[in-house]
Amino acid sequence: MALAKSPWIIHVNCNSCNGCDIEVLACLTPLYDAERFGVLNIGTPKQADIMVVTGSINYKNVNVLKNIYNQIPDPKVVLAVGACASTGGIFHDCYNVIGGVDQVIPVDAYVPGCCPRPEAILDGVVAALSVLESKSQGKIKGKDVKLKGNEVPSNA
Amino acid sequence: MNSLDIAKIVLVLIGAPILGCLLAGIDRKLTARLQGRVGPPLLQPYYDVMKLFQKDNMVVNESQNLYVVMYVVFVILSLLMLVFDADILMIVFVYTVSSVALIVGGMSTGSPYARIGSSREIMAILSYEPILILYALAIYLLTGTFKLSALDNISNPLLMYIPLIFISMLFVMNIKFKKSPFDYSTSHHAHQELVKGMLTEYSGPGLAGIEIGHFYEYVFLLGLMFLFWKVNIIIGLFIALIAFLFVIIMDNITARVYWQWMLKLSWTVLLIISVVNVLYLYVAKIKLI
Repeated sequence: MALAKSPWIIHVNCNSCNGCDIEVLACLTPLYDAERFGVLNIGTPKQADIMVVTGSINYKNVNVLKNIYNQIPDPKVVLAVGACASTGGIFHDCYNVIGGVDQVIPVDAYVPGCCPRPEAILDGVVAALSVLESKSQGKIKGKDVKLKGNEVPSNA
Repeated sequence: MNSLDIAKIVLVLIGAPILGCLLAGIDRKLTARLQGRVGPPLLQPYYDVMKLFQKDNMVVNESQNLYVVMYVVFVILSLLMLVFDADILMIVFVYTVSSVALIVGGMSTGSPYARIGSSREIMAILSYEPILILYALAIYLLTGTFKLSALDNISNPLLMYIPLIFISMLFVMNIKFKKSPFDYSTSHHAHQELVKGMLTEYSGPGLAGIEIGHFYEYVFLLGLMFLFWKVNIIIGLFIALIAFLFVIIMDNITARVYWQWMLKLSWTVLLIISVVNVLYLYVAKIKLI
């Protein structure tokens, strides 16, 4: 039970336009106060439980994302916040964009919207908590995502 | 060692972390209320520790775990020595070993953030240690011994003779609680530029151990403040509570400063007023026993 009572999040900005990031930060302000659920915005991936990703994935930041994901100890969940992180959003057919976060690492919950309201993000975090709890009970480990040196496909 | 002593040890080992956990919870709740937030539940630090025990332990090198154990053991040892009225000078030295364990643990990882945090913690030790030593010296001048058991035989509280050292000790509390404005070695709030300082590379059970060590440390530090009015337990506890509230309020009304600023504050103002207080005791030949 303890996992659901103290989720620490790490916020990863992958090429986001900052719209979603500002909404993520708004959750921590006195108006929405995510800390009343025990949520802390933590700096280091080694102490985080929930990875909040904003923005679409491109060839420049894909390895950074994988690296941070691999550094989070199990059990862990990934929350994709915003249209770009969920599907690629309006950037989905850009030449340098791979797509949503789920193209690279397993995503457990999505928060759609451009940009999503703070209430929706908090709702997403709360939804991710039950996933976190079930992962802890089932001892489900996160996938070890391999880093590749050069992600750029030959036809790009 | 009789059965009363064993009961005391058990009480300290079990009671201190519970009390420290509640203090940490009060700290977070009060901070939230001061910022106009609802804040986490009172038992949030307990939930955090229980959560951290369920996580994987991810370390850079195995020796990190040893340093966590060292830190916790030496904090508990210094707390026990305080409870058993041991030598105040020895308590200060044993307590320093626990801080050094965290510093070495941070340095051993090789992470740049942990290194910055560790070197800043060294500066913190440099700035508060002389004041702790002067505190011990003042107790020696007043009672003729470093043994804390002598404090049971005096009729007037220490605070009446060493008020300036009391003021310095309030700032030492602020440094040792690692609260703003002196929270630059490891701080939750500094994660934008410092990640987690000294504790960056700890995760899961290792971090939980450090948190439990902090609970013991809270009780130990407030115990040092309690000594100022040991003749009356109620007033002594009240003084400790005042010190705790002072730390929380300072935490909320100040911003983080450079470590140079702290060194200047402690090596000029705090050290001078402490030395003046000790000199006064020496020149006026005030003896309580």
